[in-house]
Amino acid sequence: MSVLPHERISAAIREPRGHVALVPYITAGYPDKARFIDTLRAVSKVGDVVEVGVPFSDPMADGVTIQRASHAAIQNGVSLAWILEQLAGAEGIEAPVVLMGYLNPMLVFGFERLAEVAAHAGVCGFIIPDLPCGECRPALEAFERRGLALIQLVTPATPDARMQQLCEIGRGFTYAVTMTGTTGGAQSLPADVTEYLDRVRRFSSLPVCAGFGVREAGQVRLLGAHADGVVVGSALVEHLEAGGCPQAFLQSLLGAGKLSR
Amino acid sequence: METEITAAEKKDLLERLLRGELPDDSGRFGPFGGCYAPETLIPALERLQQGIDRYLHDPAFLQEFHDELTQWVGRPTSLTIATGLGKCWGAQVYLKREDLAHTGAHKINNALGQALLARRLGAERVIAETGAGQHGVATAAACARAGVPCVIYMGAVDIERQAPNVQRMHQLGAEVVAVQSGDRTLRAAINEAFRDWVSDPDRSYYLLGSAVGPHPYPFLVRELQAVIGREARHQMLDIADGLPDVAVACVGGGSNAIGLFHGFLADESVALMGIEAGGRGPGLGDHSATLASGRPGVLHGCYSMLLHDDQGQVQETHSVSAGLDYPGVGPEHALLQAIGRVTYTTATDDEALAALRECCALEGILPALESAHALAGAKRWAQDHPGRRILIGLSGRGDKDMPTLENLPQDLPGSRSS
Repeated sequence: MSVLPHERISAAIREPRGHVALVPYITAGYPDKARFIDTLRAVSKVGDVVEVGVPFSDPMADGVTIQRASHAAIQNGVSLAWILEQLAGAEGIEAPVVLMGYLNPMLVFGFERLAEVAAHAGVCGFIIPDLPCGECRPALEAFERRGLALIQLVTPATPDARMQQLCEIGRGFTYAVTMTGTTGGAQSLPADVTEYLDRVRRFSSLPVCAGFGVREAGQVRLLGAHADGVVVGSALVEHLEAGGCPQAFLQSLLGAGKLSR
Repeated sequence: METEITAAEKKDLLERLLRGELPDDSGRFGPFGGCYAPETLIPALERLQQGIDRYLHDPAFLQEFHDELTQWVGRPTSLTIATGLGKCWGAQVYLKREDLAHTGAHKINNALGQALLARRLGAERVIAETGAGQHGVATAAACARAGVPCVIYMGAVDIERQAPNVQRMHQLGAEVVAVQSGDRTLRAAINEAFRDWVSDPDRSYYLLGSAVGPHPYPFLVRELQAVIGREARHQMLDIADGLPDVAVACVGGGSNAIGLFHGFLADESVALMGIEAGGRGPGLGDHSATLASGRPGVLHGCYSMLLHDDQGQVQETHSVSAGLDYPGVGPEHALLQAIGRVTYTTATDDEALAALRECCALEGILPALESAHALAGAKRWAQDHPGRRILIGLSGRGDKDMPTLENLPQDLPGSRSS
């Protein structure tokens, strides 16, 4: 039996190329719409799973970087339908792709249709920050039928009972938000982050990826000792905005490969 | 996400609403509402729900709220017989005078109730958004009274057009943060307030100003604003010797309207009418008429009617009135429209400005531009229904709108010399 899309995500995180799995985030079609697939391809050479951001007009859980990127992408005509079209025709993407975006564009697209078109385009899962588990059943059922993951987020404030529930319904990996706040915010991680990640791991049979506010190799090393993967979003988007090479930047976060297995 | 409702379901939903069973346990008003909040906020929303369960029926809390509404807010607010407007329109017109409440608008009912709740819940700081500035001023005043510091997010566009209210918030000790992101109006201010709350959910209390947002806010705000309709119904029976034929209120997010309407939902003889901002006209981005021309969608934590394009991106909106300039609307209004209990129509910028002038000239009352939309809608209804009894929610006073009114071109309705 063939490997389901959500199983591809879990496997990629469990068998990383570096000392820890890297999950880079890019906003689709930003900063250069024409280079979307090229950028994705480059990022997928280092990232073990890639998050492709679907822009939304009102990204209320995101900091200034992702807000700016989302706004510019929408201005350039980037939409969920366009992203799926581009992905369907893309070749040479070397890591599983998950779409990360707010609920409304997906709701308008329709979950059944979204699951079908996304599966056809090679997408393996979704992260929807404003779709908590209490409201996620229609999406979950549509994605489940196609083997797609609806990746669940947990936070330091999530009580044990709820964390257990989220870890049970999740697929792909458990996304452990390392701090309260918007994406890309604070420069330092909270002091008790390692205890928190150990707590998530106790509940999660899926691999655990830590994210929000990761910018440096030192943070990646620290989190990597207590999580299976690390998500890098705003820092990568800022690097791309400045015209930098994504591969070199992501390699630098892994400590230039020195710590690779 | 099915929103088609059969006739039998409509009847059932209205009955459940009248029995107090909506929102249901999952925060739904029929198909609308719910709780679409980031995971970070779920524990804070659960604490809020526990606070509501504990205090909203607690005699000591309700007594404190009632005493403050009486002594500090100045409730009950008057019901004024608008003889000048009545004569002009050929109707009997009554104004429910929320403009006479402390700080000049209905917003204080909700701000006070939530500030008292925030204090009981041990909040160290209060966050709020504001459009016209009325909710900001009300929150600043209520937080000063309750002894809790507050931060108010306000769009840069609104800061300009509602300058007097910004000064008032400062005087009342609030920190006002100018929001430069997005459309720089109410919607961007709500985004920014949410971002603050996501950053500090344990110590902060988000004092949402309208009947929108994730459950339990639409319920909480409605309960705190229901005093408007309760008072108005008593006053109509007392002063007008009978119920109105129609009750009219303006609708942005819809908090004053839901408060007024709730007093009359069970009265089949009372038609209910909500007036949205028709802005410059029906073109894309020219209005804020969510119920009149939107489609279901999710914004700011709830599933309701929404102005968004076919990609699901939220549309820019326009209204001369900052308080109505919002692409969403409370989920209970979406339900009331879907089951046909309330009719929603629009008034344009020009109609609202003309109504404001008329109210000034004939009643000696300067209404808020928001409330002027209700006056304009009521006038139109009066023309189609001569001689009837009309109750209008005069949600706030218009002092805050002086910069807008002063800057109008001379040939537009509402300008000083026209």
